[in-house]
Amino acid sequence: MPADEAKQEHVVKSVRKTDGGTVIELAGDIDLHRAPALHAALVDVANERPKRLILDLSQVPYMDSSGVGTLVEVFRRVTKYDGKFVLCGLNPRVKSVFEITKLDKFFTICSTCEEALQAGERGPDDKAAAGR
Amino acid sequence: MTDMRRENVVVVQILSDSRSLPVVRGAVEQMAASEGLKPADSHGLILAIDEALANVIKHGYGGQTDQPITITLSSVEADDGRRGIAIEVRDRARQVDPGSICGRNLDDVRPGGLGVHIIRAVMDEAEYSCPEEGGMCLRMVKYVSNASQRDAGDEASESQQPMQ
Repeated sequence: MPADEAKQEHVVKSVRKTDGGTVIELAGDIDLHRAPALHAALVDVANERPKRLILDLSQVPYMDSSGVGTLVEVFRRVTKYDGKFVLCGLNPRVKSVFEITKLDKFFTICSTCEEALQAGERGPDDKAAAGR
Repeated sequence: MTDMRRENVVVVQILSDSRSLPVVRGAVEQMAASEGLKPADSHGLILAIDEALANVIKHGYGGQTDQPITITLSSVEADDGRRGIAIEVRDRARQVDPGSICGRNLDDVRPGGLGVHIIRAVMDEAEYSCPEEGGMCLRMVKYVSNASQRDAGDEASESQQPMQ
C-alpha cells in the first residue's frame, strides 16, 4: 500500500524531508487493523533509503504490539543500509508498551522531533556505548 | 483463578474483524472509568483486551474476519475483598494446549509474539482454557490498585459533604 493510500487510512499525517532526514508524522491509534497501512507507508519511505528516518508519534494516542512489531521490522530495514531510525513524541501510554516489551532499550526514543533530528546521529550501538 | 462475585456484566459480541477493536477498547475504557481505575491501570486493561483479541483474530481464526468472538466484562469482588474488572474472551477457534501459550523471550527482538507477554504483564490474573463445547477461553482480572481505591474513597466522602 503506497504512502498516499496509507494517508487515506489516516495513519500517516505527513512526510517531511529535511536536511537531517525524513520525518514521518503519524496520527491515530495504531492497532492490528491499522498496522498494515503503517508498515506499507514506512516501507515505501525506507525504500528511498533516507539517512535518518524519524517517526513522530506525538499524535498517536494508542499503540499495541502490532504497531510495535511493525516498527521493529522497519527498524531492521533502515539499519540494514546503515540508516538511523528514531522515535519521538511518545506519550506515557505508548511508551509503556515499549517498556513492557523492553523495546525502550532497543529503539532510540527522543522527546521531540528537534531532539530526534540531532540524536539520530547515534544508532543503537552508540546508544549502548553511551550507557543508556 | 480467584473465586469472586460478579456484577454489572456487559457482553459484547463481535466478528473477528480488526475494525471492531476500537469499539471494544472504548467499552473497556468506560467500564474501567466507572470502576475507578487509575489511568495507568485502565490502559493496561485496554491493552490486554486488545492483545487478546488480536491473538484470536490472527492465530485462532487465521485472519478470517467473519468468526464469532464474545467478550464479557464484569466488575468483580474477590473473596478477599479486592474489587476489579474481569474480562472473558471466548472464541470458536481451534483448541490449543493452554500450557503452550506463553510469551517469548524478549531478548529475541523481532516482530510478533508479544501479545501474551503483555497480557501477563498488565493483568493480575490471566488463564487460558479449552471449554468442552470447543474453542478457547481467556479469563483475565485486573484489580483496582490501592491508589485507585483511595481516590474513589476520597471522591465518595467529598460527595457526602453538606452543601454550603
